[in-house]
Amino acid sequence: MQSLQTVARPEINLRVGSEGQSQDQSLDIETDSSVRLVQVQGVTKAFGVGPTALKALDNVSLTIRTNEFFTLLGPSGCGKTTLLRLLAGFEHPTEGAILLDNKHVVNDPPNKRPVNTVFQSYALFPHMSVEQNVAFGLERLGQRGPEVAERVAAMLKLVRLEALAKRRPSQLSGGQQQRVALARALAPQPRLLLLDEPLSALDLKLRRGMQVELKRIQRETGITFVLVTHDQEEALSMSDRIAVMDHGRVLQLGRPSDIYERPNCRFVADFIGEANVLPGSLFGFKAPYVAIRPERVLLSMKQDPENSGLPGHVVEVVYLGATTSCTVALQGGPLVKVERSDLPTGLVPDRPVICRFPHDALLPLES
Amino acid sequence: MAAQPRFRDRALLLAGPALLTIVIFMVLPMAIALVYSFMTASPYGGVEKPYTAGAYVRFVYDRDLDDSLVFDTTYLQIFARSLILAALTSLGCLLIGLPMAWYVATRRPVQRQILVLLVTIPFWTNLLIRTYCWVLLLRDQGLVNNVLLWLGLTKAPITFLYSDGAVLLGLIYSSLPFMVLPIYGALEKMDPRLVEAAYDLYADRWAIMRKLVWPLAKPGVAAGNLLVFVPALGAFLQPDILGGGKKLMIGSLIQQQFTTGRNWAFGAALSMILMAFVLGAMMWSAWRRAAIAVPV
Amino acid sequence: MRARVFDWRRMPEYRTISLLAFVFLYAPLIILIVYAFNANRAALIWGGFSTQWFVKAVLNDDLRRSALNSLIVAAIATPVSTLVAIPAALAFERGRFFPGRSTGEALIGMPLVAPEIVTAIATLIFFEAIGLRAGVGNIAIAHIVFCIPFALLPIRARLREMPRDIEDAARDLYADSWAVFSRVTLPLLMPAIVAGATLAFVVSLDDFLITFMVAPAGATTLPVYLYGMLRVGVTPEANAAATILLVISIAAVVLSSVLVRPRTVKA
Repeated sequence: MQSLQTVARPEINLRVGSEGQSQDQSLDIETDSSVRLVQVQGVTKAFGVGPTALKALDNVSLTIRTNEFFTLLGPSGCGKTTLLRLLAGFEHPTEGAILLDNKHVVNDPPNKRPVNTVFQSYALFPHMSVEQNVAFGLERLGQRGPEVAERVAAMLKLVRLEALAKRRPSQLSGGQQQRVALARALAPQPRLLLLDEPLSALDLKLRRGMQVELKRIQRETGITFVLVTHDQEEALSMSDRIAVMDHGRVLQLGRPSDIYERPNCRFVADFIGEANVLPGSLFGFKAPYVAIRPERVLLSMKQDPENSGLPGHVVEVVYLGATTSCTVALQGGPLVKVERSDLPTGLVPDRPVICRFPHDALLPLES
Repeated sequence: MAAQPRFRDRALLLAGPALLTIVIFMVLPMAIALVYSFMTASPYGGVEKPYTAGAYVRFVYDRDLDDSLVFDTTYLQIFARSLILAALTSLGCLLIGLPMAWYVATRRPVQRQILVLLVTIPFWTNLLIRTYCWVLLLRDQGLVNNVLLWLGLTKAPITFLYSDGAVLLGLIYSSLPFMVLPIYGALEKMDPRLVEAAYDLYADRWAIMRKLVWPLAKPGVAAGNLLVFVPALGAFLQPDILGGGKKLMIGSLIQQQFTTGRNWAFGAALSMILMAFVLGAMMWSAWRRAAIAVPV
Repeated sequence: MRARVFDWRRMPEYRTISLLAFVFLYAPLIILIVYAFNANRAALIWGGFSTQWFVKAVLNDDLRRSALNSLIVAAIATPVSTLVAIPAALAFERGRFFPGRSTGEALIGMPLVAPEIVTAIATLIFFEAIGLRAGVGNIAIAHIVFCIPFALLPIRARLREMPRDIEDAARDLYADSWAVFSRVTLPLLMPAIVAGATLAFVVSLDDFLITFMVAPAGATTLPVYLYGMLRVGVTPEANAAATILLVISIAAVVLSSVLVRPRTVKA
C-alpha cells in the first residue's frame, strides 16, 4: 500500500532513442526494463467453459511503457474492454500473466492494485458530493485530514471543477461528471490510469475538447494512460502508441503514424481511416493485397503518356465540402474511392476516367 | 463479473439465513403436513398411527354404515365450486383490470404514479377489513338495500349476503390489484409510437386493442391470472364472511378440519390436494408462457 | 362540429370502466370510515360527527391487548425478516451461482405462492409436532417466514437497477469488501431497505388467517380479535377499530412509496 502513495515521477523523454522505426521499439523494451510498466504475457480470457466458451482474449501479449498514452483500439466485442478489466483486476485471466512494475498482479484484487479506472458510465457515487467522490480513494488508502483536502483541491483544479466541489453528481452535466470521474481516478496517483471509452457519452464538440484536455492532463501528471476506444480518430490524435484489436487478438501495435501509413493487414487498413483494398497482382506485388488511401489516388480524364494508369468509369460523385469523393469502377470490376480537393471538374456518372496509383502510396498487406 | 469477490464467494453464506428460515419453518412443516395426511386422525385433534391413505379415500368415498365405501361427491363438489369461483374471479378481474391497466399506463408520469399507488393501497390493507366493508354494504339493513328502498326499486330488503354472488364479488374486490399491476407492468413499457403507427396504418380502436394491446398485455395477463386464481382457490375469509360459512370453499373446508371438525389427517390431505392444484396451475401457466412468449 | 385533436391514448370506454373501478375499490373503505365517525349507533342514520366509538374501542382492554400483541409480533418479524433479506438479496443479485440457487429463490418465494390456508395449517401442525408453545413467539416465527419475501422484493429490485460499475469503482479505489458494502452498497440500498421493512411491517400487522390458525389461546392479534368482534355483529366500535388498522396500513404504504420514489427517479 505504501508504494501507492509515493509514486516516483516517471522519467520523461524515454522515447528519444527510438524515434525511428517501430520495430526498434520492441527491441528497446526488451533491453531496458525501466520503461516496462505493464507486461501482458500470453493472456487468454474465456467466458464460460467447454465448447461453448467464448474467447474474449486469445493469447495477447503486449508491453505498456512508463509515461505513455497507450490506446486499445478496435470494434465492439474485440476484447479491448476485457483486457482493460484484466488490468484493473475485475477479471481473472484464463491463461497467461500480467506484470506491473515487474511484479505479478494477476492474483491481486482491484483494491490492491495501484491502478485506477475511469468508467464508461463514470460510476460516480450518487450519495456523495464531488469532493467526497474524489477523496474516496485517498481515504481508503488511509489518508486523512488536510492532506486529503489538499489533494482533492489540486485534482479539482486540474480538471477545472473547483467551483463545483460541493455538488452532487446528479447536479452535473455529462462533461462535468466525466471530469469528476477523472479527478477521482487520478487522486490516488495510480501507476496506471485506465479509461474505458470515457468520451463516448459526450457530444462531438465536447469530445474534441476533452481529447485535448486528457492529453494535457496526461502530460501534466506524468501518469501512464491506457485508453479503450472504438473511435480511430480519437486514437490517432491522442495516443503515443496504439494496439489495434479484433476477435481477441492484437493485430498491430505501433505509433499512430505507423498504423495509418503502414497497416500490416486488411483489417487494420480498413479500420483505421478509409482504404481501397485491391489485389496485389494488379500492381506486380507479391503480397495478396495492397491498400491505398482515397486521398492518395490520382484521377484524370485523359490517358497520361508516361505513367499509364488503370482505366475505369465514374460511378458516383459526392460533394463533401472541403473535398469531393468520387467512386470509380475499374475495368474488370473493383471499385476505387478517390477523395481529394483537386478533382477535375465535369465528373459525372459513366464518364470514363484514368486512376493512377503512386507507387509510394501503395501499402502491401500480408493478409 | 468478478467485481464483488465478497458477495460472489459467500453467496450461499449470505442467502443462508433466509434459506434456513424458510426451510425450517415452511418446507419442513409442509413435509410434516404431508406425513400427517397419511396418518389417522386422533379424536382430540392431532394424529396418531397407523399410516393410511384413508384421508385421501375419504375425499371421494364415504364409509357406509356397513363399512363399505360409497362414491360421494360432497367434497368434490366443494372443490368444483372453488375452481369455478376462482376461474370466474380471474375472468372478472381481467374484464375490469385490462381497461384499468391501459388507462393507468397511458397517463402522464406523475398521474400514473398516483394511480398506481391508488391501485396498490387496497392490496396492502387488511383483507378482513376490506371483506367486512362489503357486509356493511350488502346486509339486509345495509347501504345498498337502503338506497334501493329509498328509490322505491324494491319493497323489501333483498338478501345479497351469504350467496355465491356475494363471495364472488368479495373475491374480485380483493383480487383486482393482483390483475391490474402485472398487466400495467406489461403495458407500461409499450412504446406509444406503436399505437400511433397502428393508427397511421388505418387500424381502428378495436383493431388496436385486439392486434396490439392484447398481445403486449398477454404476459401480464398470464401473471395476473396466476396471482388471482391461486389465492382465490384457497380463500377463507370471503366465503366465511360473505358466504356465511354455509357455502363452503376449499379454504374454509380445510380450516374446519382443524377447528370444529377435529380431523387433522383429512385437513392435511385436503391441503395437499389444494397444493397439487396450485402447482398444477403454476406449471400450466409457465408452460403457456413459454409457448406464447412475446418478444418485446 | 369541433375537430378533435388526435390522441393515441383515447379509449373512452376504458376511462369509464377505470373510473368506476376506482370507485369500486375505495367506496367500501370510505363507507367504513364514515360509519366509524357516525355518532348514531344505527349506522344508517347520520347522527353527527363523533369520535366516541374510537374512544370506546381504545378503552376496550381486550382490544388494546390484542393491538399490543400485533405490535410486538410486527416489531419482531420486521427487523428479523429485513436483516435476513438483505444478505439474501445480495447473494441473489450480486453473488456467484451456487448449486441449488434457483431452488433457493423458489423456496423463498414459497410463502407468496402457497395458499395462505395451507401455510397456516402446515405451521400449526409443525408447532404442534415439535411442541412449541411460545405464545406470541409462535406467531412471530410464522410472521417472519412470510415477511421475508416481501422485505426481499424492493431490496432485490433496487440492487438489480443499481449499476455494478459503482461498486466496481469503489473497489478500484482501494475499498475492501466491507468498505464497498458499508460506504457504497448499503447507503444506496437504504431507501429500499426501509421500503422492504415497511412492507414486512404492514404484512405482519394485517395478517389474519395464519395468525388465526397458529395463535395459541390468549395470544390474539388485532385482526384476529376484530374477526371475533365482527362475527358477533356489526358494531360501531368494530368499525372504529377496523378504521384504525386501515389507516395505519395505508399510512405505512404511502410512506414506503414516498421513500422509494425520489431515488429511483433520479437514478
